[in-house]
Amino acid sequence: MLCENCQQRPATLHFTKIINGQKNEYHLCEQCAKEKGEMFSYDDSGFSFNNLLSGLLNFDPIKNGHQVITSPDQLRCKTCGLTFSQFKKMGKFGCHDCYNYFEPQLEPIFRRIHGNSQHIGKVPHRSGENIKIKREIVQLKEQLQRKILAEEFEEAAKLRDQIKALESKLSERRG
Amino acid sequence: MGLDRFVNQAISEWMKGNGPESDIVISSRVRLARNLKNYPFPTLATDSQAISVVEEVRKALDQREMKNISHFELIQLEDMTELQKRVLVEKHLISPNLAQDSRKGAVVLSENESISIMVNEEDHLRIQCLYPGLQIYDAWKMASRIDDIFEAELDYAFDEKRGYLTSCPTNVGTGIRASVMVHLPALVISGQINRIISAITQVGLTVRGIYGEGSEALGNIFQISNQITLGQSEEDIIENLYGVVKQIIDHEKQARSLLLRDSRIQIEDRVGRAYGTLLHAKIIDSKEAMGRLSDVRLGIDLKMIDSISPNIFNELMVLIQPGFLQHYAGEMTPFERDIKRAEIIRRKLTQHSN
Repeated sequence: MLCENCQQRPATLHFTKIINGQKNEYHLCEQCAKEKGEMFSYDDSGFSFNNLLSGLLNFDPIKNGHQVITSPDQLRCKTCGLTFSQFKKMGKFGCHDCYNYFEPQLEPIFRRIHGNSQHIGKVPHRSGENIKIKREIVQLKEQLQRKILAEEFEEAAKLRDQIKALESKLSERRG
Repeated sequence: MGLDRFVNQAISEWMKGNGPESDIVISSRVRLARNLKNYPFPTLATDSQAISVVEEVRKALDQREMKNISHFELIQLEDMTELQKRVLVEKHLISPNLAQDSRKGAVVLSENESISIMVNEEDHLRIQCLYPGLQIYDAWKMASRIDDIFEAELDYAFDEKRGYLTSCPTNVGTGIRASVMVHLPALVISGQINRIISAITQVGLTVRGIYGEGSEALGNIFQISNQITLGQSEEDIIENLYGVVKQIIDHEKQARSLLLRDSRIQIEDRVGRAYGTLLHAKIIDSKEAMGRLSDVRLGIDLKMIDSISPNIFNELMVLIQPGFLQHYAGEMTPFERDIKRAEIIRRKLTQHSN
């Protein structure tokens, strides 16, 4: 069946409209339906998740008694060119560097969405080797504190050596 | 070209096996959002950048470890017709989003369709593993394994503090969305479902209809998934979801046995009427069809009907969706579709009854 509007493309959308009890059937292609405004899209209509998110992002901290140091809307990601106000409108970052350039503004946003702002999950093997070592050092230091408090000095010395070894490994990797 | 195979078969191979708790849990899915460091996210990427991302993924697929998992096929979305895309959406292999804006998108599918990797959706990569029944841990393990293999070849956007960097701030951190699809007719019939949904949302999980965000819970099917991705480890997220789903399964089982004890005749009547309608209806819309199929499935689970396999329910759920119907029977008006739907249901049910 061809689109009843352009008579060229195949009609892919079929729908019935009832206005004042009058029933009409329409057969349109996607393009004509869009042009005629008959197409409802997945995310543009009314109260969507995106609207909700950008509402959250537009939340103004001043009104809530917090201090704001810079005017965040002026911030711009130097890598992809996205501005912070564009980010608020779209609810989407443009590239991974946006996370750096918008960093000061992101803490409250992540806290509002996730109740949290620090990743504690999986770390990639290849690029994350340093991060893994750092995490291990933090854990060993905690253990070390406990051993010292418990006056188990022999164990503590072993832990201290492990920490030293990891720290030098880390600086080698950086060097 | 392998596309036809993925489109023609209504039921993915993985669905034919029965997973644990399969009388209540239809499927378990884990999706990981990942991005490459050296390209803008898909929303801002130029066509040539997007094409390079697809090529990088193609290279990553070539690794031996990937071949050990399955044979994979990479298909560009622009090579598909609207209808083919819609069928893949109805099979949950791609998202409506990717189908709609598919200029630069691609999808990688494993042979049995339990693994699908979307390229250039909202994020460069969306690794998805979909298993039958309650197998959320296995789905996570497989997704994470593929993630590791990809990471050996691709430079991911990752930050020590924020984790995996995603296009949307709601996915940052682990990038994980774990979800379990459950059929809860007894909780709906007994009116307990709303209370349970509000309890679920208080522990960082969310409940949706079967085609994701904003879709209705057709056929008493609900999708329960994690909402928080930052500040919790993947294991914690999976464990939390698993624990909650286990409890819901218990509640549904209790509700089913109470229904049997107190209202057996009403349930038998309801199941019988639904079965009768499906066997004899000449015109049926998808909403009614999903409702009746849910009743019949309940009847099968409660041993009121023993002549059809529970798998028919899963298969029909996909088959009667508009995209599938059109794919099989060509262009149709909604009215013609309702007739075709009734015909397919009648045929399937009589074919499979003993």
